[in-house]
Amino acid sequence: MKALEIKNLKKIYANKVEALKGIDLIVESGDFFALLGPNGAGKSTTIGIISSLVNKDQGSISICGVDIDENFALAKTKLGVVNQEFNFSQFEKVRDVIMAQAGYYGVSPKLASARTEKYLKKLGIWDKRDVFIRELSGGQKRRVMIIKALIHEPELLILDEPTAGVDIELRRGLWDFLIDINKSGTTIILTTHYLEEAENLCRNIAIIDDGTIIENTNMDALLKKLENQVFTIETNQNVPENLKINGFNLTVEDEKKFSVVVPKDVSMNTLFENNSFKQLQVTNIKNQTNRLEELFLNLTSKK
Amino acid sequence: MNHLQSLKTLSYVQVRRILRIWIQTIIPPAITTALYFLIFGELIGSRIGEMPGYEGLTYLEFMVPGLIMLAVITNSYANVASAFFGAKFQKAIEEILISPMANWAILLGFIAGGIARGVLVGIVVVLVSLFFTNFGISNIFLTLFSILLTSTLFSILGLINGVYARTFDDISIIPTFVLTPLIYLGGIFYSVEILSDQWQFFSKINPILYIVNFFRYAMLGTSEIDPAFGFILICIFTVGFFALAYYLLHKGVGVKD
Repeated sequence: MKALEIKNLKKIYANKVEALKGIDLIVESGDFFALLGPNGAGKSTTIGIISSLVNKDQGSISICGVDIDENFALAKTKLGVVNQEFNFSQFEKVRDVIMAQAGYYGVSPKLASARTEKYLKKLGIWDKRDVFIRELSGGQKRRVMIIKALIHEPELLILDEPTAGVDIELRRGLWDFLIDINKSGTTIILTTHYLEEAENLCRNIAIIDDGTIIENTNMDALLKKLENQVFTIETNQNVPENLKINGFNLTVEDEKKFSVVVPKDVSMNTLFENNSFKQLQVTNIKNQTNRLEELFLNLTSKK
Repeated sequence: MNHLQSLKTLSYVQVRRILRIWIQTIIPPAITTALYFLIFGELIGSRIGEMPGYEGLTYLEFMVPGLIMLAVITNSYANVASAFFGAKFQKAIEEILISPMANWAILLGFIAGGIARGVLVGIVVVLVSLFFTNFGISNIFLTLFSILLTSTLFSILGLINGVYARTFDDISIIPTFVLTPLIYLGGIFYSVEILSDQWQFFSKINPILYIVNFFRYAMLGTSEIDPAFGFILICIFTVGFFALAYYLLHKGVGVKD
């Protein structure tokens, strides 16, 4: 089943900016999907339209097979959205905000209370349940946003930069949490500026630029498009200044470190078997390229 | 989807907000009313005597319905205008817009908050009034019905104000420059019969006059203006503005791009 199906979605804002130029997108049920794009590409507009915060000009959206225009309430019960910006009253307490969100989805107070406890404990902020939202740290607020989106247990969860501004430890914790949620059957669509995050978590990817989907494929196929990878090689001896390895571009970075560019159609074995390379006492090899970032820049700069 | 549950939740959130900031929402009308009674009732009112058309009633008794209406109108309006704009300002309105809540439930939820504050403040004003004068209520059912109807109407108007508001100034301009003058010139402190023909004309095109007099009739059993006219006017305005507010929410005016 399709968790999300977008057909010919168009949006022109009042200031005449054409944010979406007729995009089509399908996300299969159970997927962990990345929707990437530079700032102003149309990601947030797309999410805004799906979540009813932005009016569309044309096109259709179905959530888990339910057309949002034909059966608004049913379609919305299948959707959870974590917005980029915090959207709750700063003057309410954590539990009250989450319980209210559950109520807006028609969840009974008894069930909402049980789920609130479950998710607050899972995300490690149960002790903050009676604290005013304004007293939480940024990371804690981000977790409240995620709980709010999950409180009605949607089939499709959209997260718009959920780890923006959170520390590395919490980010890793949220990744594990999202992986668990996805394994339990929730389809996840993620937008992020941390491309490493998308590469680690997502199986499929769409890249949107200037209101158009310019790439829509699976992560492995996309990464295979990478032309070159750059490796940093560290040795425990001085790197000869005139070091040459046939077929590879080298750059000596310091006396014990150099980088080498490996084209995608060349095996690493060619490098390892080279006589000049064999003479080096290699202590470390690091992939310098952020692979998805490289591709992302290539794709979005072509436009 | 249980729309009744979502309506109950939004109503509860609105009432909780009123009670959380009770010093801002409940206390000021009590103090203002006490001052009105003290100055216009006790000190000046005792020299005024009876109002034409209300023979047998003291000036204090004449004032009570007007002061209740003053509190109900301003508080129900201000409550919904500030609650709706506050939700927009903090983006908390997105919690509601993202959810499957129907527009009628959103509308009724905010109105419920306005009615709750209108009724609460109305009760407070009645209690304060009892310190200064004794009065009976001619028709308790009609009195309560009138408070409910009036607070509903002004809650809807407050919501429309909140929908269009872009800054905090925008939710104080209408109450300060339109609503307050209309209320004060709507026969709260005087009978229109004592005005000159020219001022009577201006008073009689003020809809608040009919609303106040409908309530005065419900409370005192007498009014200088046919109460049926006030009742019909409130009903027409309520239905008309409810439809407008529903349309604005449906179109996403002020809340969606």
